[in-house]
Amino acid sequence: MAEALQQLILNTLDAQGAIKDTRSLVIPGQPEPAASHDSQIVILGALNSLLSRDMIKYDSHEVLSYILSPEGAQIAKEGSHEARVWVALPAKGLGPPMTQAQLGKEVGDATAKVGQGNAFKQKWIAREGDGLVKAVDSIKDVTQLELQEIESSGDLKSGQKALADLRKRKLVVQRKGQWFTVQKGANFSTSTAKPETDLTADMLASGAWKTSTFKKYNFEAEGIPPAGGSLHPLLKVREEIRNNFLEMGFAEMPTSSYVESAFWCFDAMFVPQQHPARDLQDTFYISDPVKSLPPEPSYYKRVSTVHEHGGYGSTGYRAPWSHEESSKLLLRTHTTASSTHMLYKLAARCRGEDIEGDEKEFTHGARPTTAHGNPVSDDGFRPAKLFSIDRVFRNETMDATHLAEFHQVEGVVADKGLTLADLIGFMRVFFKKMGIEKVRFKPAYNPYTEPSLEIFAFHPMLDKWVEVGNSGMFRPEMLEPMGFPKDVRVHGWGLSLERPTMIRYGINNIRTLLGHKVSVEGIENSAAVMF
Amino acid sequence: MPTVAVDKAELWERLGQEYSSEDFDALCFEYGLELDEDTTAEVEEAIKKGLPAERPQLKIETPANRYDLLCIEGIARALKVFLGKTKAPKYRLVYPPNGESDLLTVTIHPDTKKIRPLFACAILRNIKFTPSSYASFIDLQDKLHQNICRRRQLVSIGTHDLDTLKGPFRYEARAPKDIKFAPLNREQEYTAEELMTLYESDKQLSRYLHIIRDSQVYPIIYDAEDRVLSMPPIINSNHSKITLNTTNVFIDVTATDQTKLDIVVNIVATMFSEYCAEPFTIEPVKMKLPDGSTKISPDLSEKQMLAHASYVNSCTGLSLKTEEVSNLLSKMSLFPTLSTSNADEIEVSIPPTRPDIFHECDIMEDAAIAYGFNNLPHTFPPTTTVGQPSAINKLSDIVRLEWALAGWVEVLPLTLCSHEENFAFLNHEDDNQTAVKIANPKSLEFQVVRTTLIPGLLKTIRENRSHSLPLKIFEAGDVVFKDSKRERQSRNERHAAAVWCNKTAGFEIVHGVFDRAMKMLEVPRISNSGSNAETGYYMKETSDPMYFPGRAATICYRAPNKRKNSTLEKLKGALHVNDDDLVIGSLGILHPSVLEKFDIQYPCSAVEFTLDPFKKQMQKIWTNDE
Repeated sequence: MAEALQQLILNTLDAQGAIKDTRSLVIPGQPEPAASHDSQIVILGALNSLLSRDMIKYDSHEVLSYILSPEGAQIAKEGSHEARVWVALPAKGLGPPMTQAQLGKEVGDATAKVGQGNAFKQKWIAREGDGLVKAVDSIKDVTQLELQEIESSGDLKSGQKALADLRKRKLVVQRKGQWFTVQKGANFSTSTAKPETDLTADMLASGAWKTSTFKKYNFEAEGIPPAGGSLHPLLKVREEIRNNFLEMGFAEMPTSSYVESAFWCFDAMFVPQQHPARDLQDTFYISDPVKSLPPEPSYYKRVSTVHEHGGYGSTGYRAPWSHEESSKLLLRTHTTASSTHMLYKLAARCRGEDIEGDEKEFTHGARPTTAHGNPVSDDGFRPAKLFSIDRVFRNETMDATHLAEFHQVEGVVADKGLTLADLIGFMRVFFKKMGIEKVRFKPAYNPYTEPSLEIFAFHPMLDKWVEVGNSGMFRPEMLEPMGFPKDVRVHGWGLSLERPTMIRYGINNIRTLLGHKVSVEGIENSAAVMF
Repeated sequence: MPTVAVDKAELWERLGQEYSSEDFDALCFEYGLELDEDTTAEVEEAIKKGLPAERPQLKIETPANRYDLLCIEGIARALKVFLGKTKAPKYRLVYPPNGESDLLTVTIHPDTKKIRPLFACAILRNIKFTPSSYASFIDLQDKLHQNICRRRQLVSIGTHDLDTLKGPFRYEARAPKDIKFAPLNREQEYTAEELMTLYESDKQLSRYLHIIRDSQVYPIIYDAEDRVLSMPPIINSNHSKITLNTTNVFIDVTATDQTKLDIVVNIVATMFSEYCAEPFTIEPVKMKLPDGSTKISPDLSEKQMLAHASYVNSCTGLSLKTEEVSNLLSKMSLFPTLSTSNADEIEVSIPPTRPDIFHECDIMEDAAIAYGFNNLPHTFPPTTTVGQPSAINKLSDIVRLEWALAGWVEVLPLTLCSHEENFAFLNHEDDNQTAVKIANPKSLEFQVVRTTLIPGLLKTIRENRSHSLPLKIFEAGDVVFKDSKRERQSRNERHAAAVWCNKTAGFEIVHGVFDRAMKMLEVPRISNSGSNAETGYYMKETSDPMYFPGRAATICYRAPNKRKNSTLEKLKGALHVNDDDLVIGSLGILHPSVLEKFDIQYPCSAVEFTLDPFKKQMQKIWTNDE
């Protein structure tokens, strides 16, 4: 039918040049012109379809129309209450007058009640004895006629007053409707052949593309999302930072050891055994397995001695040393534990040992350089620039900014004669590569670095300085027991991976970034990262 | 980092200057303090509303090793010296008029060895407290107790009105039932046993009871008339409590750690000696030790260290003259003297307020702070090296990328999980040989380190039920196994796993995504264990209860080149004996009971395998080896 209607519209336009009022159209299969609201809706569908092909143009006009209420519809069909009362009664003299009760039975109590009053008002009926009879021979049921007119045309010729009266009686309700005037469009033709939506292989083969018309493309619509997969946003940021390190000549350290001993995580780094970071409150300790195997005995001895009694020019902590404390197993609280183990391996040659194992995973540098360029005698030391980005664990109560596990970005530079100025200069470059221009450095305390510097960056959105990382030069009490020569200095710095990622993606709650509560749809929609 | 609240007006008065919030923040930043909060605006707001308000405060975060900055007295003193407004004070011991014979004595009983063996003390004479300095005195003790004293475990402090007591004193250890006194702020006397019960409900003190509770003997300090001074580390006596009107203060400090004991007694004494009639003087006490020797307490002697301008310069990147370095050190409340014999050398006296200095590098840092970290030149380390990713990360990046290209979404669940999720929920039993277990988790979510990636993936599916089906997710991440051969008794293993969730289980789909990974790693598919192929992977049906019966397989891998090495291997090859083939993982349709435990209403298939056998050795580049 839709196509027949479209054809009718096009034919009418072709014949008449324009359609002044779509209510005059006779929809195919319908007996009468399309005056009703529903008919105009059908016509609108046909018009829009033709409009999308630019075959026509149309303007819409609003019109108020009326439809019958259920009661109105019943009246249109069966007559008004008063008419039904009149019909039910006997003519005067022809049969016994009808009692109230009988009338109620005949037409229903409601109709009997309302109809009687109105019929009396119209003088259609009269009282005779106990009953009622017709008072006139014939009646004209105006209400029914009016309602029938409204039912078919949606309007009443006799005017607003009568309509208002019917509305008050709740027999009709008002409804907003539309009708249209139609003109020819740019692509007007009387042919309703469907335009093509896409170029097909068949068209190419048959050459039909030359004569086909093509449907106008809706450039406002969105394309179809591809069915491809996605990488996780946090790891996209990890890749960007990892690339920064690689671009600057850093080798990635192996960090495949979530479980550390307190020796490597704290003692070897000259973190005192009574340090609060080692509390149960802050660190996950391991109940099974129970404790670590002992580290290399002579190194262990050098470490415990520098804590308990000092050495290498240091007074040490001069606090009691506990072997039990040192052999506890825990989940590493920082990847600096892995860096420490790596530095110990880096110093192997300085200790006169052969290197074996994991160290093949990072690249030794060239011969050491001191103070920017002077060659020195070979004591086995090789400079190194190392980095890692991996998981660390804190026994924290979880909230919007804290998880029990997160990722630490860590960098280490080891060379002879490195200076604090080098560290500061390098940190400026490192953060600049992450898009952070304004940084400044605050003296801080960290048991394994001296000097220790907190790095603050100016956050233009927050309009204030925020801490973005920690850095420092590892203490001689940490490096010299490993066997490094005195003039080897090691820079270290660290930051969390989550913080820059949350800033990058405007995330306030870390749980929407890491963990099983992250939305898969969010991952699919997270943008690429370019610092 | 500890935060110290100081009265703003009082600090300005002490510094002899008022600062704007910005200027003071800058000063703090330069010195290594952090201005956390200035309550001025808050206070003004309260006054405007007619609400009761305290005086404006500055909340200052201080470095955890600078115990001398835990009170306004110390902060003001350090900043004044830093700003060059005054010289650092010299702390002195002043003996009573008749010298050593007049000293108060404390006898340390040998029994104290059983519980808290170390003792130190000091006397502040003719002190004049104000309400604010009195509050600061109490607050400093609390700050020390919470920090260096490790919640009184290692060290604890008691302070007494000396005029209520009569020397000599005795530090003893007695059975709890034999100790009886009225504790601070109570009139009634209690035995130590009763006190332990009494304070169980005390929010503050209950935290310290465990330190001595189970000991046979409790530490206790008496005066000459058997009046109790205190029962460290729990409570002082009411009799000797100090008040605003106290003029002579006796400080007792007990400890299990000599170094921290010395630090604490020195900090309390030096900080508050400024209120003595003769500022910065402290009257010592003679201690009679269990071995019969005597010792004067406190020991305020300055530690002597050598610093070298050349060392400071080589560490900082500066080229300062020895004299310039010396001037910088003076700003940090140290006492430098240029050496007469060596032009590079500075003899540095470290006052008892600076126990944070262990090594010349600490002195070097002080010089750098005084110079200003942000005034240092920006140089770039000359270290030349070649960058290289780690082998395992390079490998797992390849699998991650290939799987994402294949249309799968990478997720990142946590490494820690509950014991149930790692075992029972997967229909697996814990043989106690596999998983690393956590001793002190704050929640059940963190009982074990995962040995499989499957629970994290299933939890992710559970939390994403609003996502349209199918869900195709994967993770490449570490799991941890117990490993008794290693120093850390465990080893990480890099796994890759994927789960498909849809209206149908789709075994062949996870199979396909695994095949894809193998194809990209150039590992050929071989028919089965009987195959004579040199390398490749194959599947073998298994009955893992995590999977649906008949829809589960283990994945086996035959590594290349292994088989050629020996005659025996060749023979084995010929006989199709493949006991070297590694089981690297498994795949299958997850058992409905597993899905139920993870609250998933749709069928799922899963694959998990270890990446470690596919790791390539990284090329050794530029080692400059001989």
